[in-house]
Amino acid sequence: MRPRRLSAGVFDLLFSPFVEFGFLRRALVGCLALSLAAPPLGVFLMLRRMSLTADVLAHGILPGIAAGFLVAGLSVTAMSVGGLLAGLVVAVGAGAISRATGGREDAALAALYLVALALGVTLISTRAGSVELSHLLFGSVLGVDDPALFLMAGVASLTLVALAFAWRPLALECFDPSFAAAAGARGGAWHMVFLGLVVLNVLAAFQALGTLMAVGLMMLPAVAARHWGRSVGGMAYAAVFIALLSSVAGLLLSYHLDLPTGPAIVLVAGGLWVVSVLAGPVDGLLARLLHRPHLAG
Amino acid sequence: MSAPIFLADVTLTHGRHPAVHHLSGEFAAGSLTAIVGPNGAGKSTLLRAIAGLHPAHEGRLSARGRIALLPQAAATDRQFPISCLDVVQLGHWSRAGAFRALRPAETGAARDALAAVGLEGFERRPVGSLSVGQFQRVLFARLLVQDAPVILLDEPFNAVDARTAADLLALVHRWHGEGRTILAVLHDLDLVRTQFPETLLLAREPVAWGPTGTVLTAANRLKARMMSEAWDDAAEACGRAA
Repeated sequence: MRPRRLSAGVFDLLFSPFVEFGFLRRALVGCLALSLAAPPLGVFLMLRRMSLTADVLAHGILPGIAAGFLVAGLSVTAMSVGGLLAGLVVAVGAGAISRATGGREDAALAALYLVALALGVTLISTRAGSVELSHLLFGSVLGVDDPALFLMAGVASLTLVALAFAWRPLALECFDPSFAAAAGARGGAWHMVFLGLVVLNVLAAFQALGTLMAVGLMMLPAVAARHWGRSVGGMAYAAVFIALLSSVAGLLLSYHLDLPTGPAIVLVAGGLWVVSVLAGPVDGLLARLLHRPHLAG
Repeated sequence: MSAPIFLADVTLTHGRHPAVHHLSGEFAAGSLTAIVGPNGAGKSTLLRAIAGLHPAHEGRLSARGRIALLPQAAATDRQFPISCLDVVQLGHWSRAGAFRALRPAETGAARDALAAVGLEGFERRPVGSLSVGQFQRVLFARLLVQDAPVILLDEPFNAVDARTAADLLALVHRWHGEGRTILAVLHDLDLVRTQFPETLLLAREPVAWGPTGTVLTAANRLKARMMSEAWDDAAEACGRAA
């Protein structure tokens, strides 16, 4: 009898939440869609030393989302349009400010993101209670209604197709910008396409993860994947796998332990990052310790 | 045959600061020219301008035909996760572009180029694991694949070991023998004297340009040093006038 009870326990733990609750299924499908598209973008952000840019964009969309919320309440369409506009303004604005003021893009980004976050929270607070505010900041599985799901799936599909085209120029642009320019690879145009994709993915992610953690599924798997792959493609596959795992495990954790969804998913991804730093075969701490005597000898 | 690179009173600037002033002349087809001068003399800027990466502020600069540029080593991200073979295959960019898959013959050409620079068996090695000299060999293999009639080399032998420098110099002479036009920014004047028939001595303004023996005289080198030292005061005034 024991094995049967065990398997029933496993079923309860891993599957029954999704079987029983439609909102969890929708959240799962949405997060899986995000996990397919966002992590490869994160890999490129990391390789371009722009890991913080995604965070800035995620906060940058908040005033737009807030404006959409003030106009139409918790409507996916209104908030998405507002967020998209705000995100593009921040993406273009940060580059323009840093060029105009002479480099120091990180400083311009830090300033923008603080202003955007404060402005967004202030706007929302004029009309909404703390429930809506926490929904927008930290996300909620209940927030993944059908329009949100279509948005996530649509963004994921668009991103994968666009990335397939942009892959080679993006890789060349970060590896050897002078060669890219001399070869006429139009790095600047592809960079704008790329930033547009990042904004779209952050926008899709905020429904489930909230604006504060929207980049969790984009950056953490990417940073962890650095320890598993030696090529851009290998890193992207590893990042997608880590993101998929984080989504499923995070949703289950959130359901069983009654945790907020966004933080639960991001925490699982963070745990996988720690494991990668320790045990990953590329530049992992353990691999380094094991290799040292070999190099010394 | 007309010159592939022609300059008429070209001035290049960084923002408001002049980098190269009033340069006129031509690099003849099949010539092998060293570009030397003090730090900040505008040597790299001139190469970038010829490669089409830096617009001329004044004057006319025409460069015909395909141009291959070896950027300064600092410009590439040597930790980027890319294999040696993939770097060399980037040399096919002008033909394959951003989207087309490479033909087997093109991959074969990249393998041959790696072998030609002494890196057979390095195809799958990530560039992050290479020494400075090995990485420079990979970039020379990419130049081989680019197969361009005009080749611009920005400090090609900087920080590489003597053996690598000798091997890469042999490649430069091979290209010269094939009739390609080659410009190289260099610091080692002994190397220039023995290996480069033509020299352009640059100190923001051209000091001398012609056969290496007549350019690298003590008087010219002193003039170059004085001009580069005297320049900082003049730069401000010139920027204000513009």
